[in-house]
Amino acid sequence: MRRPWLSLLAASAALLITAAPALACGGLIGPNGAVNLLRTTTFAGYHDGVEHYVTSFEFAGGGGAFGSITPLPGIPTDVVRGGDWTLQRLVLETDPVAERALSRDAFAAAGASEAEVLLETTIDALDITILRGGGDEVGLWAKNNGFRLPPDAPEVLDFYADRSPIFMAAAFDADAAAERGQAIGDGTPVHLTIPTDNPWVPLRILGLGKADAEVVEADVYLLTDDRPAMLPNAGAFGESAGLILDHSRPATDALLTDLRSDDGMEWIPREAWLTKVVVDTTAAELTYDLAIDVSGAGKPSAIDAGFAPFGPDPAPRPPVGLYLLLTAAVIVAVPLLAELRGRPASSRPPFAGA
Amino acid sequence: MRSMRPVLVAVALLIAAATATACAPGAHALTITIHYSGFDPAELQVPRGVPITFVLVNEDPIDHEWLIGDDAFHEAHRTGTHASHGDVPTEVTVPALETAETTITFDEPGTFAYICHLPGHEGYGMVGVLTVQG
Repeated sequence: MRRPWLSLLAASAALLITAAPALACGGLIGPNGAVNLLRTTTFAGYHDGVEHYVTSFEFAGGGGAFGSITPLPGIPTDVVRGGDWTLQRLVLETDPVAERALSRDAFAAAGASEAEVLLETTIDALDITILRGGGDEVGLWAKNNGFRLPPDAPEVLDFYADRSPIFMAAAFDADAAAERGQAIGDGTPVHLTIPTDNPWVPLRILGLGKADAEVVEADVYLLTDDRPAMLPNAGAFGESAGLILDHSRPATDALLTDLRSDDGMEWIPREAWLTKVVVDTTAAELTYDLAIDVSGAGKPSAIDAGFAPFGPDPAPRPPVGLYLLLTAAVIVAVPLLAELRGRPASSRPPFAGA
Repeated sequence: MRSMRPVLVAVALLIAAATATACAPGAHALTITIHYSGFDPAELQVPRGVPITFVLVNEDPIDHEWLIGDDAFHEAHRTGTHASHGDVPTEVTVPALETAETTITFDEPGTFAYICHLPGHEGYGMVGVLTVQG
């Protein structure tokens, strides 16, 4: 399976992700409280230290401005319109019967404020903003740009920001899309190029804004040089709850050729291993991400999967009152000791127990 | 011993300052922290007939509400359309990462819930219970 030129690439793997209908990549909720983006389809490819991330959001109707937010493993160097058939081709490869319509989106403009804006671009009716910041900063940015985050957002944003404080906010203006002639179900694929040593697939974000019992369904496609090591480890149908290993075999030449022929997909390697993991669990159970080891060491990161905290907890800060008491103790002790030192030994008071 | 008096006075002042800091905002004030869309504490007891100042600290980057009342009060607010609150002491909007205060005197004993009625927040668990003791 491995070719010499491929083995020389330290992280030569490709990671492909597509999302099933219920995959909404982290809802920014519009002013009316409705989540209008019902479906997000995402593709990411990792090869030679660069992740190629393609995502597409389906316009499900409605008016006004709304959008979504997606955590990223690094800072994109480029954000352009994605190819037209990459996502469809992947779905057909593993699910040729149930053909799923893909999406084309449009997003609404949203200016940045609290979080640092690293990149802004417009693709069709979509306004894409790459943000760097902690959960609070990104949350404030969303608020200041007219979006209301769901109540679980503070915890979920912190969950991601601790590991990678890079987020993609995609804003969609339904009215503008309608003026452009976009129909319900249309989508706009967006291709991000992200240099990173550390690809991982955000899964927990898929449950953002959902009730605990609500089911999250997604298809995750991985394309790696060899069979990947994953955490959590997906099991076969009937053997695993939440993550199901649906496909795991060498990618066909036809698939790789088709993917390579799409816009911006020339980086697809000549040989690869195709894995499809089905996410089928409740939002309450989806508290993790999918960590992938593409190095061949077989040790996916527990931190990347969200099972271990990123770094030690900061030490608790003593209260101001404690500082004042310590200061008082010093003020008392210093003159007292000085006075005691100045007295003759016979006049010193005995210590307790002396 | 005369030389120690200024030191003892300074110590007394510092201890008083430290105590005031530790007990802030005062005997009839209660601080409720909002973190990850939850109230802390979620259970409170207060005496009746005493003005209580509630200090509402929102540590989240999203807006929240603190509305306290009986069942009928909350049922009305579940379908309410108020964008924000602030004119009524029992209805407070706490903007993201900000602190709000309100003072309420409960004249009769009873049990009241405090809830955030922004969409999805009550279902997420933003509910607390305050008991007014007789």
